[in-house]
Amino acid sequence: MIAPAPDVARTGSPPGTILRRHALTTRLWHWINAIAFFILLGSGLGISNAHPRLYWGRYGANFDHAWAQLPRFPAWLTIPSSYNLAISRRWHLFFALVFAFGLAAFMIASVLNRHFRRLRLTRADVSPAHLAEDVRDHWNFRFHDADDPAAYNSLQKWSYILVLFVALPVMILTGLALSPGMDAAWPWLLDLFGGRQSARSVHFIAASLLGGFAVIHLVLVILAGAGNELRSMITGRWRVPE
Amino acid sequence: MILPRPSLHRRNLLAGGAGLLLAGCDKVIQQPAARRILFAGDDMHKGLQRALTDRGALAPEFRPDQMSPIFRANGTRDPGTPAYAAMVADGFASYRLAVGGLVDRPLSLRLADLAAMPSRSQITRHDCVEGWSAIGQWQGPMLGTVLKAAGLRRSARYVVFTCADLYNGQPYYESIDTIDAFHPQTILALKMNGRRLEVAHGAPVRLRVERQLGYKHAKYVTGITAVASLDGIGKGQGGYWEDNVDYDWYAGI
Repeated sequence: MIAPAPDVARTGSPPGTILRRHALTTRLWHWINAIAFFILLGSGLGISNAHPRLYWGRYGANFDHAWAQLPRFPAWLTIPSSYNLAISRRWHLFFALVFAFGLAAFMIASVLNRHFRRLRLTRADVSPAHLAEDVRDHWNFRFHDADDPAAYNSLQKWSYILVLFVALPVMILTGLALSPGMDAAWPWLLDLFGGRQSARSVHFIAASLLGGFAVIHLVLVILAGAGNELRSMITGRWRVPE
Repeated sequence: MILPRPSLHRRNLLAGGAGLLLAGCDKVIQQPAARRILFAGDDMHKGLQRALTDRGALAPEFRPDQMSPIFRANGTRDPGTPAYAAMVADGFASYRLAVGGLVDRPLSLRLADLAAMPSRSQITRHDCVEGWSAIGQWQGPMLGTVLKAAGLRRSARYVVFTCADLYNGQPYYESIDTIDAFHPQTILALKMNGRRLEVAHGAPVRLRVERQLGYKHAKYVTGITAVASLDGIGKGQGGYWEDNVDYDWYAGI
């Protein structure tokens, strides 16, 4: 039994109902982006190993004050596993294109197919009391509203909004600011972040936050039922849990 | 918080999957076809930048108070060859810059000839491929002036720079295309931070190609050759690092 689109299924779907949860464009982008993100993170850690110091401002090198001295990332975290800056950059810069143009395509598609409507914040989503309740629900592994199980909960909306519209664009813009060619073409990139070395620091911080998001995302997928969640992101079909 | 058993198992599977994917990347890059696709990223970035942005855009220039207190030297800090040592000993009086290849009038320029040309001074940021940046002032004639004086032919597409230094025993060289060669900020720097270029920074002549990464800024330049193709020069990839270490030829990224 396939219920109509989630927007129509407001009256509540009993546990066991199969809903169509994710549009094809969402599923396609999710997996393309998952691969790109994974490769960008691994190759990015490899690049970091070339000069593991972070600075604020326009310049920054060995004799300048670094606000962070990063650890040397071990072989099992980096692409390639043995240190090779050139190959890390090849991976990183190729998949940066996949990542940036993939995000742009997904954004356009999501406006056209109204996917973003599901992220629209309601009054409840900004109410501290409701958000606190949502945190308690998460803590007790209650992720779905029984009346509208396919809807995103408040914490979900906020994390997707922050990731999609803040963290991912910041990754792209700070990445562009690291390119000397783009700095000539679009000098506002440098003004936006306060210089190339600041942009490099923000690039690293935003990547760390996204890494944290990915970990929490995976843990929650497992807690919410990995099989059901994985299927919904592959075939689009999601079964309303008990 | 007690997790149900299957979840723990699945988490291990996910972690294992991630490890396999990482290891897979090492395998993928060994396949010539995959390598070709990945290495095409360089051309894609160059194409996109050239198509979507202003080809003549100037790299940001800075005020004197925005300069790095210490500009670190990198790469070769002293070529150390007898020929170079002899030039240092005579204050570069015997230095000659050979300009040849696809030009109508091959030149052999003394340092004084270069210094007599109209010069450009710029305070720019030097970005190393490793990630660090340093801001310094550079002064010297525009490369375009030298190429025009030599009568660059239409058939020339690239400009190759040969250098006095050996890197890991091999001659250092670099190349740029004519778009960057005639860019106003592309200069043959004779001075840095108001003083004659030091040996550590590439004395007596260092290329500045401000919209690209540091390894393109060849030091100790002794020869400029205009060519139609980079095939047959070195190992054909257009530079020491490109030939030996797989760095991108287009280093505007």
